[in-house]
Amino acid sequence: MSGKTGHGTTSTEEYAPVFAGPPRARLEELFALYPTKQACLLPALWIVQEERGWISERAIGEVAEVLGLTPAYVKGVVTFYTMYHTHPVGRHFIQVCTTTPCNICGAEDVVKALLQETGCGELGATSPDGRFTVIEVECLGACGFATPILVDNDFVENVTPEKVPGILQRYQ
Amino acid sequence: MGYPHPSHPKETPVLSKHFGDPEARTFDGWVKHGGYEALRKAVGMTREAIIEEVKASGLRGRGGAGFPTGLKWSFMPKEAVKPHYLVCNADESEPGTFKDREIMRWTPHALIEGCAIGAYAIGAERCYIYIRGEFTEPWRVMSNAVDEAVARGALGANVFGSGKRVEMILHRGAGAYICGEETAMMNSIEGKRGNPRIKPPFPAVAGLFGMPTTINNVETLAAVPHILNRGAEWYKGLCLGNPKSTGTKLVSVCGHVQRPGNYEVVMGTPVREILYDMCGGPLPGRTFKAVIPGGSSVPIMTIEEAEAALFDYEGIVAQGSMLGSAGMIVMDDTTDMVYQIWRLAKFYAHESCAQCTQCREGTAWTTRIFERILSGKGKQEDFQLLLELSENMTGKTICVLSDSCAAPVVSGIQKFRSEFEAYIAGAREPAMAAV
Amino acid sequence: MADDLVNVTIDGMQVAVPKGTPIIEAAKQAGILVPHYCYHPSLPSPAVCRMCLVEVEKAPKLMPACVTTVAEGQVVHVNSPGAQKAREGVLEFLLINHPLDCPICDQAGECELQNYVFQEGRAGTRYAEYAKRYSPVEDFGPDILYVPNRCILCTRCVRFMEDVADTPVLNVSERGDRAYIGISPDEQLDHAWSGNVVDLCPVGSLLSKDFLHKARAWDLDKTASVCPGCTQGCNISIDTRDDVVVRLRPRPNLEVNRHFICDYGRMNYRWMNRGDRIEAPLVRDGARHIATDWDTALARLDQIVRGASGSAVILASGRASTESLGLVRRLLDRFDVTAAVQVPLGEEAPLARVPNLALRRERAPNLAGAELLGYTPHWEAAMREVLGAAVVVVLDADLSELDEAALAAAPGMLVVLGTTFADGLRNAELVLPLTNMAEENGTYINRDLRIQRYQQAKSQPGMARPAWWVAGEVLAGPGPSPSAPSTAAEAFELLGERWPVFAGLTYRDLGYTGARLDRAEPARAAVAR
Ligand SMILES: Cc1cc2nc3c(=O)[nH]c(=O)nc-3n(C[C@H](O)[C@H](O)[C@H](O)COP(=O)(O)O)c2cc1C
Ligand code: SF4
Ligand code: SF4
Repeated sequence: MSGKTGHGTTSTEEYAPVFAGPPRARLEELFALYPTKQACLLPALWIVQEERGWISERAIGEVAEVLGLTPAYVKGVVTFYTMYHTHPVGRHFIQVCTTTPCNICGAEDVVKALLQETGCGELGATSPDGRFTVIEVECLGACGFATPILVDNDFVENVTPEKVPGILQRYQ
Repeated sequence: MGYPHPSHPKETPVLSKHFGDPEARTFDGWVKHGGYEALRKAVGMTREAIIEEVKASGLRGRGGAGFPTGLKWSFMPKEAVKPHYLVCNADESEPGTFKDREIMRWTPHALIEGCAIGAYAIGAERCYIYIRGEFTEPWRVMSNAVDEAVARGALGANVFGSGKRVEMILHRGAGAYICGEETAMMNSIEGKRGNPRIKPPFPAVAGLFGMPTTINNVETLAAVPHILNRGAEWYKGLCLGNPKSTGTKLVSVCGHVQRPGNYEVVMGTPVREILYDMCGGPLPGRTFKAVIPGGSSVPIMTIEEAEAALFDYEGIVAQGSMLGSAGMIVMDDTTDMVYQIWRLAKFYAHESCAQCTQCREGTAWTTRIFERILSGKGKQEDFQLLLELSENMTGKTICVLSDSCAAPVVSGIQKFRSEFEAYIAGAREPAMAAV
Repeated sequence: MADDLVNVTIDGMQVAVPKGTPIIEAAKQAGILVPHYCYHPSLPSPAVCRMCLVEVEKAPKLMPACVTTVAEGQVVHVNSPGAQKAREGVLEFLLINHPLDCPICDQAGECELQNYVFQEGRAGTRYAEYAKRYSPVEDFGPDILYVPNRCILCTRCVRFMEDVADTPVLNVSERGDRAYIGISPDEQLDHAWSGNVVDLCPVGSLLSKDFLHKARAWDLDKTASVCPGCTQGCNISIDTRDDVVVRLRPRPNLEVNRHFICDYGRMNYRWMNRGDRIEAPLVRDGARHIATDWDTALARLDQIVRGASGSAVILASGRASTESLGLVRRLLDRFDVTAAVQVPLGEEAPLARVPNLALRRERAPNLAGAELLGYTPHWEAAMREVLGAAVVVVLDADLSELDEAALAAAPGMLVVLGTTFADGLRNAELVLPLTNMAEENGTYINRDLRIQRYQQAKSQPGMARPAWWVAGEVLAGPGPSPSAPSTAAEAFELLGERWPVFAGLTYRDLGYTGARLDRAEPARAAVAR
């Protein structure tokens, strides 16, 4: 599941289907892994997000069509899972754990540092330069390495406010 | 070993022995450490013989409920008339728990081997490993390891030439704690919202895709090869007194200790030893106040209770909590208990799947009451209100997420009431702005 | 048989129910209502509202009565303190974000939230300090509005569209207390059966635009009826307010329509309220028609049917009752009769997951009844007979201009029994005012030969009478006659004399959900309820 996230696009231009070329081939491979097409939904949504950075209404329609589902059904699923973006996000998407184990180790200070250093200002907003979006997430499953953050697909452990500038530099 | 720290003499590294060793990640490296012997052996045994061995070992589920693994496997139909499935639960999202992640990162082949043995034992030709979406690195490691295992004949249509088929498919979650609940996980794999299902039917009768299914935790499955290699008697012997809890257990310790990390101990080890010897005790100048011993979903223990407890299923219950997933959240005297219980309630409110009324509304309401108290607007009646809501949220819903939200609230009020009182009386500065 | 029955005790009442019955249904049989929201007998049970939790002796915790099946010797307490407390808890949770806008809510009076809170909810709220969740009303489709603030997320609507209609255009979106019922911007709730979600919604969250703010539930009179829309024969309730039909709703009949009706049927009621009705019998006087009384009109009709011979044609509406079709047919027994029933055609629209339930192509509720009584759907053939007929009777048929022209040119006597009077039929000898189906009692026979009663829902205009009454009076001869039927039930019993398939059958045998007729064995014994 390597791939890029975070190149947000707006949907004013003509919609080009995701499932053409290599993504289509990946989808076809998925069909062999599950006994139903419906079961390919989560992996198919991941492909969309890797390709487009987020999952638009148009993309929802396309996924529904290739899997024989209705757009409403797909949307119900998309909105259940918090890792799928239903809006464009910054080039780099940062998720910070602030659940209790990290919270008691200073996670909220890490959030503050991230918001300030990225220029995002508030959670969920994209920085004016389009580079970052920062959100708070629930437990990332690395509580012994407080505070962990996930930048795109990179898991960074033991983050402290002091380390934030150095980490951000790696993501232009 | 106490990854990321060196092994402590009081540990008994079995699963964690190779944590931190990149060589163990590879197929050849794993074989050098004795890997895949158990699988070779297993495919020469009958399904029943494997199940008997696992039963005899006393192995219990490491995902939270502690259900005997061999017994669970024996519920699967004897004849595989329909396809059977094994699902490996690698969703690890319980706050405070981070052991499955290390198993996948460092010893992926241990898990693959355990899954293959488990699949064969329950008559499944296919195993789905459900890895939470945030685990990007474990995903890469596992994905490479599965490819390797297929290439080397450990997986596929003809496991080590035995004629047995075991396919392994990694399925990526997408950010939903509730998908760790076994029936929610099945829905999620099927391409649905991760809503827990009502039981019956039980997974062994109608699980994934309506077929007989067994779901096991990563750590549970990773322990199986060791049991087959060294025998049930050996495993059963890993026990300090209480024969109902056997084997080694990874304990994830986080929070206010000197050396947070994963420690592997024999069941029955005193919690004291974990906290002080292995983890190095409290941070300089601080003292321990509370421990949530089993991931965030269990009652909070005072430090006195924790220190008196033995670390196994029954030992923790005897001190008023539960072993759960064995993720220990340690809190010292700097911790604002009201604030942290609020943060837990917020977690559950965020993660509630929204099916059950009590959970959907109760988790959110509980969170708001805490926010009110923390903003200096608490009232004496809030104690009764919180306890009544918790009562209404306990034992009444499809899954126990609702109960899990209530557990820290109830135990928090019981054990740390004075901290609530301080906010209510205005003796403590509000921790947040009015809502 | 008895082996398959399970004995249970519910709140002290003993009942024996088939194995596999959920407790909630067993309780119903014991006369005990277990409060519930998400459970519905025609939908799969998700057990999500947790309102139906009951105490089952020996069970470690409260059990959802909707999905817990009965077991031999089980003892259930629906009204134990524990179960009541749990329900009170659910109600409190459901109300915290509820807008309490009952005064402007269409559901008020028939709202299950209102009802149960009234029965056993807490008196006050403990959720005073917080702003309630607010989301604007959404337009879901041609006739449906969604008011999210009132939604209790029981998911009945979602399950109906997904599991019954097999067209999942509704979803649950988001999770936790942010969840709501969603729809895709590319889709509409415009399925041929989608109106059912309004009935299924236990609260006022899904509303019919057609019924919006039309009436308060407690001002409605409800009458058991049968949908006059097509040959399916769905059971309905005609809801009237001040003698005006304001909506049609499904009435449960597990054999015919379960709990549903289609949107075509649901909206097909405006004609029931038509104002331009014939209100008195009219006899022709030269180029004019003069209003008269029934005695005069009946005498004239008697004259016509006795005064002529040869062939006769009946042109009947597909909505005419079995009683009317039968007695009008008998009235012309002296003639060589060609009887036709009008069958407008439309698109078939099945409800995917309910076997044998569809809006049928044949939009004539009594087609099967008419056929049993010797009518054919060959309208054109009958129209061709008109030219040679001594008598032509129009029985409330909806005539095209072409038909009217043909009738105007027909040499025989024209008798019109109808609810309205078309200009084109100026040559009618006699025009008799009929009640429409909402104004009379009667029966329809559906495509599976289920004969079902419908009842009078509103008063008839002026002197309008059912056609069976008209025919019955004339058949009995002039003057007061004990043999003339005075009720639809009596008219029905007369059918058996002429058509053995009805012999011995009475309205009592039909009950409120009808009975299957067996064409092969025309006897009472062949009636299966
Ligand atoms: C809300 C909830 C979350 C859970 N999350 C996890 C999890 O992240 N990982 C896990 O292994 N089990 C989790 N479980 C437990 C599983 O339902 C299941 O009991 C377990 O995977 C069975 O495996 P085991 O018998 O090997 O322990 C969770 C249960 C609940 C109710
Ligand atoms: S208890 Fe909560 S998470 Fe579990 S099924 Fe019910 S609503 Fe969903
Ligand atoms: S709209 Fe009505 S039927 Fe649908 S979930 Fe909400 S309350 Fe239930």
